[in-house]
Amino acid sequence: MKKIEAIIKPFKLEEVKDALAEIGVEGMTVTEVKGFGRQKGHTEIYRGSEYTVDFLPKIKIEVVVTDAVVEGATAAIVKAAKTGKIGDGKVFILAVAEAVRIRTDETGEKAV
Amino acid sequence: MALLALAAGALGWMMLGAPSAQAQDKPPEAAAAAPASPAPAAEAPKDAAPTAPAPPKTDTPDSTATTLSSDKINGGNSGTATDLQWPVPADSPSVNPDGKGKVTNDELIENVAHNKISINLVWTLVTGFLVMFMQAGFALVETGLCRAKNAAHVMATNFMIYGLGMIGFWVCGFAFMFGNYWNGPVNIGWQPPLGQGLANLDSGITWTIFGKPFGILGTKGFCLGPSVFDTAVFTLFLFEMVFMDTTATIPTGAMAERWNFKHFVVYGFWVGMFPYAIYGNWVWGGGWLAQLGQNFALGHGAVDFAGSGVVHMCGGMIAIAGAICIGPRLGKFTKDGKPRPIPGHDVPMVMLGTFILAFGWFGFNPGSTLAGTDNRIAIVAVNTMLAGASASIATMLTMYLITGRPDPSMLCNGLLAGLVAITAPCAFVSSLGAVILGFIAGIIVVFSVFFWEKRGIDDPVGAISVHGMCGCWGVLSVGIFANGSYGAGWGGVHKLFKDGVWTIINNDAQAATLKKYADMIGTDPKLGGWTDVGVTGILGPLFGAPASDVSQFMAQFVDVCACAAFILTFSFLFFKVSNLIVPLRSKREDEIQGLDIPEMGAEAYPDFQLTDRTSPKVD
Repeated sequence: MKKIEAIIKPFKLEEVKDALAEIGVEGMTVTEVKGFGRQKGHTEIYRGSEYTVDFLPKIKIEVVVTDAVVEGATAAIVKAAKTGKIGDGKVFILAVAEAVRIRTDETGEKAV
Repeated sequence: MALLALAAGALGWMMLGAPSAQAQDKPPEAAAAAPASPAPAAEAPKDAAPTAPAPPKTDTPDSTATTLSSDKINGGNSGTATDLQWPVPADSPSVNPDGKGKVTNDELIENVAHNKISINLVWTLVTGFLVMFMQAGFALVETGLCRAKNAAHVMATNFMIYGLGMIGFWVCGFAFMFGNYWNGPVNIGWQPPLGQGLANLDSGITWTIFGKPFGILGTKGFCLGPSVFDTAVFTLFLFEMVFMDTTATIPTGAMAERWNFKHFVVYGFWVGMFPYAIYGNWVWGGGWLAQLGQNFALGHGAVDFAGSGVVHMCGGMIAIAGAICIGPRLGKFTKDGKPRPIPGHDVPMVMLGTFILAFGWFGFNPGSTLAGTDNRIAIVAVNTMLAGASASIATMLTMYLITGRPDPSMLCNGLLAGLVAITAPCAFVSSLGAVILGFIAGIIVVFSVFFWEKRGIDDPVGAISVHGMCGCWGVLSVGIFANGSYGAGWGGVHKLFKDGVWTIINNDAQAATLKKYADMIGTDPKLGGWTDVGVTGILGPLFGAPASDVSQFMAQFVDVCACAAFILTFSFLFFKVSNLIVPLRSKREDEIQGLDIPEMGAEAYPDFQLTDRTSPKVD
C-alpha cells in the first residue's frame, strides 16, 4: 500500500480525477492548500504598488492505492496535471503501514 | 396588440372623466349632502376657458363594468375640480360665497401652491431616502477594501455612524447649520421651495468684519424643538441629515482597520454636531462664504450645488487629519517608508457598493434643488451620470498606462471621483463640461492615491483622494466650467449682461432695487434688454455663457481654502484632544489578530477559516 500525495494546479483537478478514475482508483481526498516552490510565488499590483504573493493556491490530492497500481496512478496524475509551465506542482509517494475500513473493519489492501 | 387596445381604452376613460352632468340628476337633498360637484359646462362663466366638448359615449370594453358610470372607474374621476372642494353643503356662504359650488379663484390658487410645495416635499424626502441608502454603499465599499479579519468592525463603524451622527445633528448640528437659513442671501423673487415654514429658521451669529456682515453660525432649531416644528423644516432636516452622514462616513474608510471603536463613538457625535454643520452654515446656511458675492463682488458667492465641498471635501479633510493622527496600519510601510499593499478581501462587495453609491447620487444631486418643481433636475441627473461614467473611463485608461492593468478597486474610486466632482457644478455646466471635468477627476484620483501613499499616509479605501481631492476639484470646477444658464441671482447677486457690459445688482429687498431690476430685465428699449446671467466660470463662454467671470472662480477658491483651513485645524484638534480621553488607536495585539473579536465580539465570517494571507509582516 502506498499513499500518493499530489500538489497540483487548482484548475487541473477535474482532469486528474478523471485520469485516476480511468485506471480504476476508487477514492481520493482533496484539500485546498496554499504554498510555494522554487519560484517563491509571484508579484501582483494592487492600487499601483507591487507586492509578492508568497503562497499560491493549490489543490492537494491524497490517494491510497495498492502497490500494483502505484506506478500507473502516478503516471496518470503527472500526465493529467502537466501544463509545462512553472507551478505545475509535485507528487510524493509514501509507504502506508495499515488501513482500516471503518464500516466493515476490513484491514490492509482490502480496505483501500 | 392587446396592450395597445388596453391603452386606447384607458385613454377613452380618462377623457370621459371630465365633469359630467350626472350630479344634476340627483335629487336636491342628495346633491347638497355630497361634496360640492363641479359646475356643469353650461354654467361656466363667460370669461372661463372654453370647455372641451364631451367625448362621444362609447360602450365599455369590459362587459362586467357596464353598470358603472365611466367617470367612476379607472381613476377617471380623480384630479377633477371635485378634489378641490369641501365636503360641505355647496351653498354654504362661508365656503362658496357664490353658492353655486364652484371652485373660487382663491381656492384654485391655494391648491396650485399647495401642490407645488407638496411636490417639492415629496421630491426632497424621496431623494433624501436615496441618499440614506448610500450608507449601505459606503459600508460595502469600505468593508470590501479591508481585510476579512476586520470586516465586522469596519461594517459596524459604517452602521453606527448613522445613529451617532444623526443624534448629534439633531441635538445641535442642524441648528448650527440652518438656524439662520432665512436670513441668507437669495435672488430677487425667491420663495422657499419647501414652504414658508423655513422662515422659522431666522436667528444666528453674525460678525461684522471689514464693515461687512459675516454669518458664522445658526442658533435656532436645537433638538428640532417647538419653535421649528414644521414640515418644511423637518424635510430640510432629513435631507441635510443624510448628507451629514455621508460626510461622517468618509473618514471611517480612511481610518479603517485600526480605529478604536470606543473612540469612533466619540467621533460619531462630534462629526454630527460640529464640523459639517459649521462649514455647511457658511456655504448653505447663508453664512459668510455664501455672502462673498454680496460682500466682495466675488461672483455669486461660494456656489456648491450639492456639496462637493460641504459634504465631500469636508469629509476628505477630516479623513486626512484622522489618517495622520491615527498613523498607518501595522505593516503598511516598510522601515524605510516604502508602501506595501494590503489588498481588500472582497472586490465584488466593493463594486456593488459603488453602484449603490452611484444610484444614491441620483438623490444626492437632483435632490439638492429641494424642489421637484425645478425642472433643472433633469439636467442635474444627466450631468451626474455623465461625469461618473467619464471619470471611470479616465481612471481605467490612466491605470492601463501606469500599471498595465485597470485595478477594479481603482475603477470604483474613479467612478466615485467623477460623481464627487460633479456634485458642486452639476446644475451649472453643460453635458460636455460634465464629461470633461469628470474625466479630469478620474485622472486626479489615481495620482492622488499614489501621492498620499508616498507620503506615508495610509488610506485603505482612497477616501482622501476620492472625496477630499476630487471634492476640491469639484468646487473649483464650478468657477471654470459653469456656463451661465442656471443660478441667476444665486447668493443674492444678479449679474446682468448687455452688449458686453456687466451690471451687478445685489438683492437687498429694497423697493428701488426691485424696480431697477425689473426695468433692466424688461422690454423697455432704453432701460431693459439685460440678460440675467447665472453662475459663470472662467471657461464659461466655451460652453455657452455670454462672457467669462473670473470672480466666481475666486469665490470658489476662497471656499476650498476656508474648508481646508477650518476643517483640517478643527479635526486635528479634535483627534489630538479626544485621544487623551479615549485612545484613538486600537491595541497593537488586537490589530494584528483582527478587530472583529477583540473589539466587536463577533467575527464577520465565522464559517470560514481566515488565513490573513494579505497582511504584511509587522516590523
